[in-house]
Amino acid sequence: MTTTVLPRVTYLNVRHGLASWLLTKDHKRIGIMYLIVVSLAFFLGAIFAAGVRIELTTPQGDFVSADTYNRMFTMHGVFMVFFVLIPVVPAILGNFVMPLMIGAKDVAFPKLNLLSWYVFVLGFSLALVALLSGGVDTGWTFYTPYSSNVSNSNVALVGVAVFITGFSSILTGLNFMVTIHRMRAPGMTWFRLPLFVWALYATSLVMILATPVIAITAGMLALERVFGFGIFDPRLGGDPVLFQHLFWFYSHPAVYIMILPPMGVISEVIACFSRKNVFGYSFVAFSSLAIAIFGFLVWAHHLFVAGISPYSAMVFSFLSFAVAIPSAVKTFNWTATLYQGAIWWRAPLIWVFGFLGLFLVGGLTGLFLASLGLDVHLHDTYFVVAHFHYIMVGGAIMGYFAGLHYWWPKITGRMYSDSLAMLSALLVFVGFNLTFFPQFILGYLGMPRRYHAYSAEFQVLNVLSSAGASILAVGYGLIAVYLLYSLWRGEEAGANPWLATGLEWKTESPPIPENFPETPIVNEGAYEYSKREIKVA
Amino acid sequence: MPDGLAARADPHGHAPASATGSGAAGHHPALQHHFQTLEQQHEVATLGMWVFLVTEVMFFGGLLMAYLLYRVWYPAAWSEGSLELDIRLGAFNTVVLIGSSLTMAFAVRSAQTGAQRATVRWLIVTMILGLTFLVVKYFEYKHKWDLNHIPGANFQFEGPHAHQVEIFLSLYFGLTGLHALHMIIGVSILAVITWMASRGRFSPQWNTPVEISGLYWHFVDIVWIFLFPLLYLVDRAHQLG
Ligand SMILES: [Cu+2]
Repeated sequence: MTTTVLPRVTYLNVRHGLASWLLTKDHKRIGIMYLIVVSLAFFLGAIFAAGVRIELTTPQGDFVSADTYNRMFTMHGVFMVFFVLIPVVPAILGNFVMPLMIGAKDVAFPKLNLLSWYVFVLGFSLALVALLSGGVDTGWTFYTPYSSNVSNSNVALVGVAVFITGFSSILTGLNFMVTIHRMRAPGMTWFRLPLFVWALYATSLVMILATPVIAITAGMLALERVFGFGIFDPRLGGDPVLFQHLFWFYSHPAVYIMILPPMGVISEVIACFSRKNVFGYSFVAFSSLAIAIFGFLVWAHHLFVAGISPYSAMVFSFLSFAVAIPSAVKTFNWTATLYQGAIWWRAPLIWVFGFLGLFLVGGLTGLFLASLGLDVHLHDTYFVVAHFHYIMVGGAIMGYFAGLHYWWPKITGRMYSDSLAMLSALLVFVGFNLTFFPQFILGYLGMPRRYHAYSAEFQVLNVLSSAGASILAVGYGLIAVYLLYSLWRGEEAGANPWLATGLEWKTESPPIPENFPETPIVNEGAYEYSKREIKVA
Repeated sequence: MPDGLAARADPHGHAPASATGSGAAGHHPALQHHFQTLEQQHEVATLGMWVFLVTEVMFFGGLLMAYLLYRVWYPAAWSEGSLELDIRLGAFNTVVLIGSSLTMAFAVRSAQTGAQRATVRWLIVTMILGLTFLVVKYFEYKHKWDLNHIPGANFQFEGPHAHQVEIFLSLYFGLTGLHALHMIIGVSILAVITWMASRGRFSPQWNTPVEISGLYWHFVDIVWIFLFPLLYLVDRAHQLG
């Protein structure tokens, strides 16, 4: 419980004042700035989720009107997908630790990195303006022709917000890709890179190739709304299904923007807390690339009931199954890494266990949905909602918190309460399953998504789900409490509290502004735990 | 392959202060603090621009996908819509842009050889050609406006496929508008580069900004090389025959 102020210069105290943050080019500070905005977006998205769950405790639509309900689940989706899940790991943790991990002073384009943050904030602000002026009721998928010709909500503004935010993601992906290619320290060869860096590289690939397509699609939608252009308008002979193709050409790979970086986090944390080299390093590394590439070939599994040809549906069904292979490769390699490891029971690892359980369920139920016949039954039911929440919240958010707990001592120089962190991991895991497992059953029984009233027989499962959501809220709230508390009462972390390998642990916590006193020289792989005589409690 | 990349990505093998083969000095005024050498800085900027151009291909790709689908579905309307465009102005603009790519290449070459005045001169010629393109484009748009050929509430078109022609013209304005926006951005970038060149910021050792602006400029030209036949030349042989 020391509160000694060290005279050391760190990236946090090198300059003071708001302007020193708003004009910073330091990747570490930019990571923190993303942390603040993304946390805000997460809070907003959670409030809308709460509204949805309150409405669904009773079969009657009695809490809000149907129209308000439509706006609530849309704004929940928009904030969570575009302003939380997409940036959460790459822009916060990736920005902070990736340059440290490869031994660089900064990303390749520091000014562009700051610009990405401003572009992100601009997009976020526009979404807020859209929210305050009534929100949007189309669902986060903005399907035409409802979004282009019918809806009288603020579609154009949210379209522009998504368009703009897309550029933040594109620029981050570009920056990371060039950084990983050209900024590695001497001796940091490709196969010595930490797996988190490989995961970010694969993510950058998806950001660069997929995000421009959603940007132009949102742009076309805005042209159609504002100027009355007719690209998707069926009255002119335009094809609304074209919109769905373009939308999912991005939005399926976007799932990999959300899940690949947390997968990278999992590799880091598992290696550290089982004190072992990652089992099958190159398989884990290449499975990231395989996921990124296969991920581009499966989008039409969202269109099985949209009238596409049965032959293309069969191909897309088969390819969707194929994506499961590299994901399974990762999961088996993680398990093999844990096997006979010297498991060190610390909070980050507990979050990883949460990830593994939830990701497994999410991944396997994805195969149900990829099966053509079954999808016809389950399409647009709560089964789909449960499936993608298992991946995007169970997987991505659990992985994010694993990473945040792992690198928090590096970021802040402080330790948080390990037991409270384990408790919150447990609460989130239990709350999550209670919230979303009943939704699998609801979907299987035929409850459609996006309705604010439902038949009475579904009430028990819906009440369970809403109860789970409140536990989930407590779990997330607790994280904010002990992490913020650690900022002024946490113990000093020291450079390497987890006795981890990796360059980011070789510099002090919090790091100095230029990351390393001198450019490090790398002469071993990323996970040489077995070479080390480290005894941990 | 990974080893080759690692070797190239490893220019810090030399101590920063020693003059390396590329002639980069340790404290060249253009060297940013997070790079070890000018060579590394140059590689980073060039790779960054190429990656950016890949994102641009995907960006135009979304619109071109829509173009492809409807062209296959509505060939007659595509022919009708295409004949509405002024092929002489389109061809003139194509020549102007190809010429501007040539002058841009001269500008890059001049910068590499350290010919400062020639660099400035060629950059100015390139900007003038770019502006010429935009002015011609303005008159084409103006003409469409006068004829009520802008898609939307006031759209009027006589012909058997008026609805699908409206889709064609939506894509015409979408594609050429996006291209024109890129031209405006390109001219603005060249204005900054010209100013930098006139202040003597570039040398045979350091001219990366000229080079990567050139890459961008050539890319915007190439986009037009695709747009011109796709939009103006759909069914011209039929018309001539
Ligand atoms: Cu999908």
